[in-house]
This record gives sequence, structure tokens and C-alpha cells, in this order.
Amino acid sequence: MTSPFWQPQIHKFTLAGKKYLLDVNSSSLHVVDDLTWHLADYLGSETPPSPKLPGLEHFSPDQIAEGWQELQDLVEQGYLWTAISEPPCAERDPALKAICLNVAHDCNLRCKYCFAATGHFGRERSLMSFEVGKQSIDFLLASSGSRRNLAIDFFGGEPLLNWTVTRQLIEYAESAVQAAGKRLKITLTTNATGLTPEIGDYLNAHRVNVVLSLDGRPQVHDAMRATGTEGGYAQVQANISRFLAQEPPGGYYVRGTFTRHNLDFSQDVLHLADLGYREISLEPVVTKIGGLALTEADLPALLAEYEKLAETIIELRRNGRAINFYHFNIGTFHAPCMERRIRGCGAGQEYVAITPEGEIYPCHQFVGQEQFRLGTVFTGIRHPEVQDMFAGVNIMTKTECRSCWARFYCSGGCYANSYAFSGDIAGNYAIGCELQKKRIECALAVAAEGLSSEN
Amino acid sequence: MAKHIVTLIKGKLNVTNGTGCGECDNSCQSACKTSCTVGNQECERK
Repeated sequence: MTSPFWQPQIHKFTLAGKKYLLDVNSSSLHVVDDLTWHLADYLGSETPPSPKLPGLEHFSPDQIAEGWQELQDLVEQGYLWTAISEPPCAERDPALKAICLNVAHDCNLRCKYCFAATGHFGRERSLMSFEVGKQSIDFLLASSGSRRNLAIDFFGGEPLLNWTVTRQLIEYAESAVQAAGKRLKITLTTNATGLTPEIGDYLNAHRVNVVLSLDGRPQVHDAMRATGTEGGYAQVQANISRFLAQEPPGGYYVRGTFTRHNLDFSQDVLHLADLGYREISLEPVVTKIGGLALTEADLPALLAEYEKLAETIIELRRNGRAINFYHFNIGTFHAPCMERRIRGCGAGQEYVAITPEGEIYPCHQFVGQEQFRLGTVFTGIRHPEVQDMFAGVNIMTKTECRSCWARFYCSGGCYANSYAFSGDIAGNYAIGCELQKKRIECALAVAAEGLSSEN
Repeated sequence: MAKHIVTLIKGKLNVTNGTGCGECDNSCQSACKTSCTVGNQECERK
């Protein structure tokens, strides 16, 4: 008899005073008491463990038998100690689904941590023409195969620096996608300095999902983003609050970045929540810039901060106040299929970024790195071998991922982060992995709280 | 009646063997732009 491809595996963690048991291969989640917490260490054994074994000294044989039976019932039901017998199919339809349109390789801010080198990606500052944008949208449609739901993200730099063309492209995309019988989700990511009432009205009329950059507390935001009179907290916060007062029908996220300067980033999340923002995303900086970069020495503080944030969000929920923190969202009952879970990111195949000149890169973070250039929207894909390289990376081929308990949630993580820190898209970004695992624990605990209160 | 364990999520990985619809978000194009996870997505075909 051959052994299963993925052996049974559990992950135990505590958060907000509860003990959790995650069955990795089924994604089942249990809250357990002290007895079954210890007994779970002996899953796989055919008989109840002896009371003499570590962790069980304080329990009677009858108690152990009772707890063990409950665990075995879950094993029999397929919610604990499950295995996956065969390797899942790694093939996926490579049709294009989403493009990131870099309509402006320029920005009016000079944020210290910007991965795009303050907006220009290490090149001449430039703006996309309507012709290049139109060709990009046509390329998306022509490459989308049978995919029905398409996505375009207007990005930069700062896309509002090229607002006239952005408007034209939104309208062209809407009509072209409708004519093709498909559906379109449009996102625009902006630093909000140029978010006038008129632009806000337009974005809402077109149901654009808007990602608004604000890093949190005034001193945190201004230390990273402000440039003289522009981009300061007061200006950006006022613009964002005015825009959100209209309750954008396309949805929104207020999105910031935290660095080594604000390891107490939960205070920034709560500050944004206190401003009345419900949809919040605050991300760890990914950089090697000294003084800003997160280091291994910061990990204990960062992990504790995520836990603190999760506990606060749970407490707020109990008091009837909801905060939707993006990284604590998790699919529970309608989780993605295995195909998506073994390779989460579609960069290079289903998702590409396009420069103002029409060059195609696997994603926005690879823009300007010539070895990753796939082609142009005028010539099409000229380097399928680069696409194949991305398609070949998944949680079965990445050594660190294959045995990681978080593999079916993280799905292998970000190619660009891996490349930045290991020189290999199939490599590992160790700090990112640790943060990711903690976020998943927090997300499960926050989700569990919602389930508890519903039941 | 279980006394020691409360099951919150009865999970089951949906194995599609290459027939997944591919309609869900497939990158960090939505909110985060740096370190998205697939875990925070939901199936579009629910």
C-alpha cells in the first residue's frame, strides 16, 4: 500500500484564551479543551495514550478514554487526521483574467518605502496613452478565453496623474467587456491627494473599487509619505473621509503600509477604524531599506502585535462593532478549490502588469526587471518560457511549503517577495512566512468568533 | 454530545482535478498589492 501524498497533519494554536486544533488537509477547525489539546499530540496511535505520557499526567484513564473517543469520532467523520492520497492536479487554464494597468509611471509623492522607486520603477517618468491602454484592454479580452469575470486595476505610480486617459479607458473597457458578454471589476489604487469630489463622483458612478492609501496615525503617515505640503495626513484623510461619506458602491479599502518605525501597527488599524473606515488593509513593508525593513529581531513584537489586533477585533465584534481587516479575512464555508489553493497567485499567466509603453510583466512588482519581461501588448507574449517558470511553482514544488501547515491558505505566497529575498521565485521569504502563519491563525480565530456568535 | 471539542468548521478541500472555473481573484490586484493570500478569498461559484 502506498503512503498518502499528504500525511495527516494538525496545527495547534492558542489565541484570545481559546485552544484551536486545525486539521490541515481538510481545513476543519475545532476548539478543544485542555484534555483534548494534549491528547491531539498522540493522534495516529491506535489506542488511547497512557496517563503517564507528557501532558496527560493530570487526567484519569476514564477522562482520557472519553476525550480520545471524541477525537476518534472526528477522525472517522473525516474532520480530523485526514490524509490526501493523490497529488492534486497542478494544471490550470492559463487564460488571462486580470491586468494591472500602470497608467502613470510617476507619482506626486516620494514615499520612503515605495517598491516602484517613488513611482517611476527606475525609469523615465511617463504616462500611458489612450492607444496603449486600449490595446491593453483588447489584449486582455483576446487572451481571456472562456473566463467570464475580468478585472482591471488602474495603478501607478499615481493613476490620478493621468486622469483624463484613465477615464477614457474605464469607459472603453466597460463597453468592450460588455460587448464581449463578460463582466468587469475595476479597481483604482490612489494616494488620494488628487481625489476631488468630481473624481469621486465619477468613480462611484462607474462602481470602481477604490484602494486609498493612508498609513494610520498622522505621525506615522507623515513620516513616510508627506512631501512638503503635499500628501500629508490632513489632506489625504480629509479627501478619503469625504469620498467614503458617499458609501462607494464599488467598494473600497483604506490601505496602508507599516514599517519598522511602527511595530505597534495595531494602533494604526484602530486609528483608521476610529475614523469610521470599515474596510482596512495594513500591510507589512517588503523592502531591504535599512531602518524601514522588518528584521528577524522584530518578529516577536510583530507576531504579538497581530495577536493583539485579533483580540481587539474579537472584543469589538462582541460589542457590536465590526472592523474588516483584510488580512484577517478567510474563506471558511466557500473556500477556493484545491486548484487555486496549490498556487494562489496567477502572476505571469492569469494576471499581468502593463507599463505605459505597453510592455507586459508577470505582475506589478516585476515591472522594470528585464529578465521577466513577457512581451508587449502589440507583439503579444514573446517569452512563454517565463510564463512556464511561474506556472511551475506551487506548494508541491516549493520545499518549505510542502510540509507547512499553512499551505492551503497561503498557497505558496508571493513570487515577487520570494525573488526579492532569495533571488528565486520558488524561494522563500522567511519573515513573510512567519507573519503569514500568524495572520492565518488570527484570521481563523476571528472567523471562529463569528461562528460562535452565530451558533 | 461532545464535551471536550467544539467543531467550528467542517472543512473539505474541493479537489477539482483541473476543472476549476478560474473565476476567483487570482492575484493581489484587489486590496493589498504586496502580500495577499488565497485564504482570504472565497469561491465565486458558491
